[in-house]
Amino acid sequence: MQLTLEFGGGLELLCDSVKSHNINVDPQDGEKQLTMKNLLSWVRTNVIKERPEMFMKGDSVRPGVLVLVNDTDWELSGQLETVLEEKDNVVFISTLHGG
Amino acid sequence: MEKTAKPKSRLCTLCNEKRAALKRPKTLEQICRECFYTVFEDEIHRVIVDNQLFKPGERIAIGASGGKDSTVLAYVMSELNRRHNYGLDLFLLSVDEGITGYRDDSLETVKRNEIQYGLPLKVVSYSELYGWTMDEIVKLIGLKNNCTFCGVFRRQALDRGAALLKVDKLVTGHNADDIAETVLLNILRGDIARLGRCTSIITGEDGPIPRCKPFKYTYEKEIVMYAYFKKLDYFSTECIYSPNAYRGFAREFIKHLERMRPRAILDIIKSGEDFRISTSTKMPEQGTCERCGYISSQKWCKACVLLEGLNRGLPKLGIGRSRGINSEHNANTKQANGTQSLQSKQCGSLDF
Repeated sequence: MQLTLEFGGGLELLCDSVKSHNINVDPQDGEKQLTMKNLLSWVRTNVIKERPEMFMKGDSVRPGVLVLVNDTDWELSGQLETVLEEKDNVVFISTLHGG
Repeated sequence: MEKTAKPKSRLCTLCNEKRAALKRPKTLEQICRECFYTVFEDEIHRVIVDNQLFKPGERIAIGASGGKDSTVLAYVMSELNRRHNYGLDLFLLSVDEGITGYRDDSLETVKRNEIQYGLPLKVVSYSELYGWTMDEIVKLIGLKNNCTFCGVFRRQALDRGAALLKVDKLVTGHNADDIAETVLLNILRGDIARLGRCTSIITGEDGPIPRCKPFKYTYEKEIVMYAYFKKLDYFSTECIYSPNAYRGFAREFIKHLERMRPRAILDIIKSGEDFRISTSTKMPEQGTCERCGYISSQKWCKACVLLEGLNRGLPKLGIGRSRGINSEHNANTKQANGTQSLQSKQCGSLDF
């Protein structure tokens, strides 16, 4: 499944200062769907290069990191349970940097 | 590339026409982008009007760091000034602390904002005001207490810049999350003088240049969402010298509370507002610095004490429990009022 990821608000610093990533990720064995929960653990392993604790806490994003799926607040689509589809665009923005 | 929202997402609870784009932390309403712009801007307008923050004809400096809050503030202030005919003359005021690889980059953002919003920009620098850049100070003192220097110097630098611009007021981008965090920190430090004033929407009315905070009730989440949807140009790198552990911890605590109960932020502000300071608590008396004339509760203001330390090669002067200039001359009052308000404050970008 092809997805676009964007990191902003300082989170790009955790992945070699690259803001936009085109990725290819498939549901894990035995799973039919890819959820945000699956994606986050994939991102942590494959995209984040340093200080993963700035991005995640437990199996979710760190409080203070905003997530938008197709430009919609993930709080409206079920957060970790949000089911992703082909060509979806996922944005992560830290609110914790600077003022 | 514009994909449709997930089928689960509902219609905006305000207009009932468009798909909701975000959940408001303050009200938990699910609203679309256009309704969000409207309520976000209208609420700030209400805060400005209800608190009579400005008078027609006033000259107003917007403290601009290039970060998200001040960038959104500059944008919204110029929008509202036009839309509601406030009749204000707006300026951008930035402080150049002299931090290579951080402030020089963020100042580029402010310079772009100057053009994008058509607001004249004034930059004041630590090197011209104090003869020291933060790079030089850190070289001398290392990464301990450097945020104290920076915070004390920034506060005065903004006032001096505002005086140069001949403005009537200074507005800053402190948001609801910042204020809730400061309430908690002041409680943790037992800093009663600051606890009393950190929730005031206007401060320093008795001083030369009052400051106000139009974003006092605006959630950080909404500021960042607004900047994202409007594609505003802001800079978001953490200061290279800021370890900021104590404040960072309070920040994280607030963000955890917000996740469980978003109203917590407004409730902490309300608690801060409603505290009554008992009359037996001694408050520091406001006077002026004998050396530079800046407001000070001591013989010398904190910036002069710190600067004296730097120039005499005793950079610990003025750090931690006061010894030196003020306590030599001022031992009695010091003990009497027990003030320790400016000591060992973490990063001062949130000075109140």
